[in-house]
Amino acid sequence: MVNRNCRATLRLLTLINRQGHPHPPLSSSPSGIDACWKQLQRNNVHGEHKIVSFFSPLASSLKTRQWGVKIQSRCYGSASVLVQRNPKFSKLNDEDVRYFEGILGAKNVIQDDEKLITANTDWMRKYKGSSKLLLQPRTTDQVSEILKYCNFRCLAVVPQGGNTGLVGGSVPVFDEVVVSLSAMSKIISFDKVSGILVCEAGCILENIISFLDSEGFIMPLDLGAKGSCQIGGNVSTNAGGLRLLRYGSLHGNVLGIEAVLADGTVLDMLKTLRKDNTGYDLKHLFIGSEGSLGIVTKVSILTPPKLSSVNVAFLACKDYSSCQKLLQEARRKLGEILSAFEFLDSNAMNLVLNHLEGARNPLPTSLHNFYVLIETTGSDESSDKQKLEAFLLGSMENELISDGALAQDINQASSFWLLREGIPEALMRAGAVYKYDLSIPVEKMYNLVEEMRSRLGNDANVVGYGHLGDGNLHLNVSTPQYDDKILSQIEPFVYEWTSKHHGSISAEHGLGLMKANKIFYSKSPETVKVMTSIKKLLDPNHILNPYKVLPCSSIS
Amino acid sequence: MKIMVAIKRVIDYAVKIRVKPDKSGVVTQNVKMSMNPFCEIALEEALRMRESGLASEVVAVTMGPSQCLDTLRTGLAMGADRGIHVDSTSALHPLHVAKILMNLVQIEKPSLIILGKQAIDDDCNQTGQMVAGLLNWPQGTFASKVVLDKEKEEVTVDREVDDGIETVQLKLPAVITTDLRLNQPRYATLPNIMKAKSKPIKKFTPQELNVEIKSDLEIVEVTEPPKRKAGVMVSSVDELIDKLKNEAKVI
Repeated sequence: MVNRNCRATLRLLTLINRQGHPHPPLSSSPSGIDACWKQLQRNNVHGEHKIVSFFSPLASSLKTRQWGVKIQSRCYGSASVLVQRNPKFSKLNDEDVRYFEGILGAKNVIQDDEKLITANTDWMRKYKGSSKLLLQPRTTDQVSEILKYCNFRCLAVVPQGGNTGLVGGSVPVFDEVVVSLSAMSKIISFDKVSGILVCEAGCILENIISFLDSEGFIMPLDLGAKGSCQIGGNVSTNAGGLRLLRYGSLHGNVLGIEAVLADGTVLDMLKTLRKDNTGYDLKHLFIGSEGSLGIVTKVSILTPPKLSSVNVAFLACKDYSSCQKLLQEARRKLGEILSAFEFLDSNAMNLVLNHLEGARNPLPTSLHNFYVLIETTGSDESSDKQKLEAFLLGSMENELISDGALAQDINQASSFWLLREGIPEALMRAGAVYKYDLSIPVEKMYNLVEEMRSRLGNDANVVGYGHLGDGNLHLNVSTPQYDDKILSQIEPFVYEWTSKHHGSISAEHGLGLMKANKIFYSKSPETVKVMTSIKKLLDPNHILNPYKVLPCSSIS
Repeated sequence: MKIMVAIKRVIDYAVKIRVKPDKSGVVTQNVKMSMNPFCEIALEEALRMRESGLASEVVAVTMGPSQCLDTLRTGLAMGADRGIHVDSTSALHPLHVAKILMNLVQIEKPSLIILGKQAIDDDCNQTGQMVAGLLNWPQGTFASKVVLDKEKEEVTVDREVDDGIETVQLKLPAVITTDLRLNQPRYATLPNIMKAKSKPIKKFTPQELNVEIKSDLEIVEVTEPPKRKAGVMVSSVDELIDKLKNEAKVI
């Protein structure tokens, strides 16, 4: 007890506290879930058709048998999408498997049921495919050979990274061959002068972050899923995350890409240049196209230096307009040191406090309507803190903030972040949840939450939070269990509303399988037509990540 | 009744410690510094006593270079009534700190001193005991529960010891050192940060308190603990047994 290394002990205690919310939280799910899944699958797959349901079979309150039936009846509701297996795709045979074994060696051709279950299921357990084959290439050439063969044989392929996507983009829908990039996890080079990192697509984000940390740099991208997600998947999804406000999107930070096209052609665009105006900048086609145009195998990324002074404040605002004014002020007064501006409403806050272990209200004296988390990152601790304090005290005098707390150490800063980052987990624990990731002009953003609240009345808990600084709202509707009536109240209203206000129905999660057919809410038919012709040009047999991103109607 | 709390500025516990290349110490430049977590707990306990009417004033004391004022301001923002900064740029060892505290006690006359059981930088765990010894006050170290009886001028302390909890009763004035489970320290809220700016901080030097900073200790070398070797995958039970027998020599 006495005199042990307390730094280590404290760190351990924090770790234990955090184990309440691992990501992906597969390990913590109740044991009955797997049985539920099997039941669900039996109910869901009808021969060559598949009814894709957007319901997380999480709901701990539901009993297995009833639940399977429930899902099935619900599947025919408005939220389900009828997807048909493309008959043009061949079915996998033994000869194919032998061919892949020839390329990769038997060890990297996986047919083991248990491993396939993981590859077939997304982390929220919303989507499940029935792939019989998982390939783990180790080099770009192997990826190229795999694709060349699949294209020749017309075998559908799903590229897979850390499988942490939220829209069902990274798991097979039917029997697509899963090509996992996990084994391609080498850091190829890092230039300390320019801060340019070149690495393989399968590098786990957190590993890159810790590698860069030891070099004195950071990733321009940070996500809740960093412990599992891979950089190739991040790039393919054009993941946003918590630092976008400061460092911009991956379209700006990714300097080069190596990608393999459906026919096996390797496109080497792995430049490490800030400026390169030579022809069409094709790498952008692979950023955010969710693996539907090619498999990203390597990336080069511009990384900013790690700055020593990080400050986090957790603030309370009385209404949404104060949050907006605060954002405007923060941009002006914190300027170059502002690195995150996140918000959550009181419903989100209550949810986290009630459902997340270790969550603690920094402002417990009264309940506020809105909470804002501001992070600053700079190079001078004392001047940064002074600047932030002056800004906060000024905002308090102007009544933009009604209360607030300033983290005094890293531990407090992480506990503030937990309140914001823990919302998705708290929602999963609260029961059923309908998730929407929307870009909406900041001034109108919260109107949607309010309208949704009045639409649904007391039937559901409508929660609004997100990256206010980026105009990105996470609208989540939490209910004790899934209910078709509620869903029909939400959709298509939420998409129509977003479209009417010139927003995007997918800010940072992508379209995947969930929203492939909803693309027209955000993109004009002409635009989608051009996208389709690009798809046809690069992947004429449509073997890459089929049924996703683009609507089925436009592809066939 | 007045409570004196000692707080120390240390490298934030979440920071990965790096040893200087010349092995003379650890890197502190451009590294996040915060209040020692055990000191936070000590201060929180004192503040709770004041809030429940058991104490009238909480005085926070810190020692070290002028940057320690930031830590002291944090203490004041948490709620300490005033601060004392003992300005010293030379390294302070537990005995120096204890002697300074002893001399401050003569000036401030507190009835209770609360300290963290140890600082997470040097892990000494000596200061509280030394202060008690120098003052000849009773001590309750590694406190996980503290109950103060104002009438009887007594404090009951549950101590976390290796074989369980030991309960001791101390006559005031006394010294308490805090363990991790005593309480959960509060956050510094904006209104309190604002108030803290106008709270008084008294400044002393060790010389003014008649403490000579001279150490009998010399740091010879600071090194990192040896790195753990990477594990190996064994392909069969026989190989495992062979390795356990011949390599690890445990069976």
